[in-house]
Amino acid sequence: MAVTARLEIQNSVPETVANFLRQLMAQGIVDALLVPQRLPTGDNVVQTLVSRPEKLNGVDPFAPVMPVASSKLAGNVTKLGAAGRVGLVMRSCEWRGFVELVKLQQASTEGAITVGLDCLGTYEMTDYARLIAAGIDPTAEALVAAAEGRVAPHDGYQFRAVCQMCEYPAPGVKGGTQPDIAIGVIGVNDGSLLVKARDDLAETLGLTPAEAPASRATALEKLVAGRIAERDRRFAEFRAQVDGLGGLLDYFSTCIRCHNCMITCPICYCPECIFRTPTFDHTSEQYFNWADRKGAIRMPTDTLIFHITRMNHMSTSCVGCGMCTSACPNDIPVATAFRAVAQKTQAIYDYVAGRSLEEDVPLATFREDELTALGERE
Amino acid sequence: METFEPRIIAFLCNWCTYTGADLAGTSRLQYPPNIRVIRLMCTGALDPVYVAKALLEGADGVLIGGCHPGDCHYQSGNYKARRRIAILNQILEQMGLEKDRIWLRWISASEGQYFADTVTEMVAAIKEMGPNPAKELWAA
Repeated sequence: MAVTARLEIQNSVPETVANFLRQLMAQGIVDALLVPQRLPTGDNVVQTLVSRPEKLNGVDPFAPVMPVASSKLAGNVTKLGAAGRVGLVMRSCEWRGFVELVKLQQASTEGAITVGLDCLGTYEMTDYARLIAAGIDPTAEALVAAAEGRVAPHDGYQFRAVCQMCEYPAPGVKGGTQPDIAIGVIGVNDGSLLVKARDDLAETLGLTPAEAPASRATALEKLVAGRIAERDRRFAEFRAQVDGLGGLLDYFSTCIRCHNCMITCPICYCPECIFRTPTFDHTSEQYFNWADRKGAIRMPTDTLIFHITRMNHMSTSCVGCGMCTSACPNDIPVATAFRAVAQKTQAIYDYVAGRSLEEDVPLATFREDELTALGERE
Repeated sequence: METFEPRIIAFLCNWCTYTGADLAGTSRLQYPPNIRVIRLMCTGALDPVYVAKALLEGADGVLIGGCHPGDCHYQSGNYKARRRIAILNQILEQMGLEKDRIWLRWISASEGQYFADTVTEMVAAIKEMGPNPAKELWAA
């Protein structure tokens, strides 16, 4: 069970969160923290692994920017057994990616205390830097709006497309596994942070149970409804555009198969990935054969195969973090395609990526009594 | 006009369909010569990448032949294959590609006749569909 409590905001939200994290260290709950901190240059907020509390001096976990999805980083420090107790501070999609990686045995909850955060949307890194250069404090601005129940970008700017259609502004999927501690700000308008902690942690931390304000549920409901409408609009647009081979080729026409989308994907971890091996380096004779057969072939070859294969391999675990779109040098909306496909592939197995540690990933299991028509004569 | 003769890539499990194909041969059963067989140790060893690759390269159809549910030589390879093919079908459908070019069939080592019938039916069905458009697209 979890205890809900209020944490009074002192000075600022980031400062209050930093104090809370310092308390986790001081009380020996964690030895180190994986947490987003503002770089000294100020124009970016990056993940840091902090083992000394005095180095928690730039904590900015609600900053609307996400250079990398920390799920993989959380795997780095926990996969082969964490060297100490580590607090993992993650936004919603990072938490869901972490859940997938735990199930794929690429991360572990052993020795980890997970801290989930409300996500206030994220800008592309370059947009974030531009806002900073213009003298704007994107975090402060987002937090003011969040308290009023709004999540919206700065005038003239946009959040990343995946954020505009994200159904999970708060960490943890309903009915599934929840992080050990969750910190909420959306719709919390009484000068406090909403902290939901595992029973034993709440006791150690001395949290006093309190009710969540009614404005929070209303705000989240409204936000999610808007996001779902936006998601469905984008999916419909994708499906109308990619209706057949021609449309698919158009969609990925500027792909140069640089593999950036795969490298930044928190789910794509396979060290023996077929696209990292020489499988697609063919002999000259083979290229000539293909060219002869079709008259011409596009070089580099296999761009479409690359995307279709990734969809087959990881769409059932796609959490929609959108790192693929952000990493694309040619602005292909990769994540929209993957999310649209993932919605359907996950639905086959009534699976929601990142929902629960108790549900096996679809590709690692099966049921004898499912899909029984498949493989039978029609 | 030249009559269209489909080219079908068949991924057959060593323990059942491949042996069933052999039985069809030794029993002198007649079926169209449109398939090119690739022997696998199990349908569970078939990565969807090879199915997709065959189709994008211009194969008119892909036949995947495995052991009946419950009969897998390795206990559960065919169940896993079934999940993967369901995912592949869904992906192709999402993008408006022709998933009907992919046939999954459970054919045991003793079902030589069923193998011959399946190939006959599949060749007829693919002829009905016409050639795979990917054959002519150099960008695919």
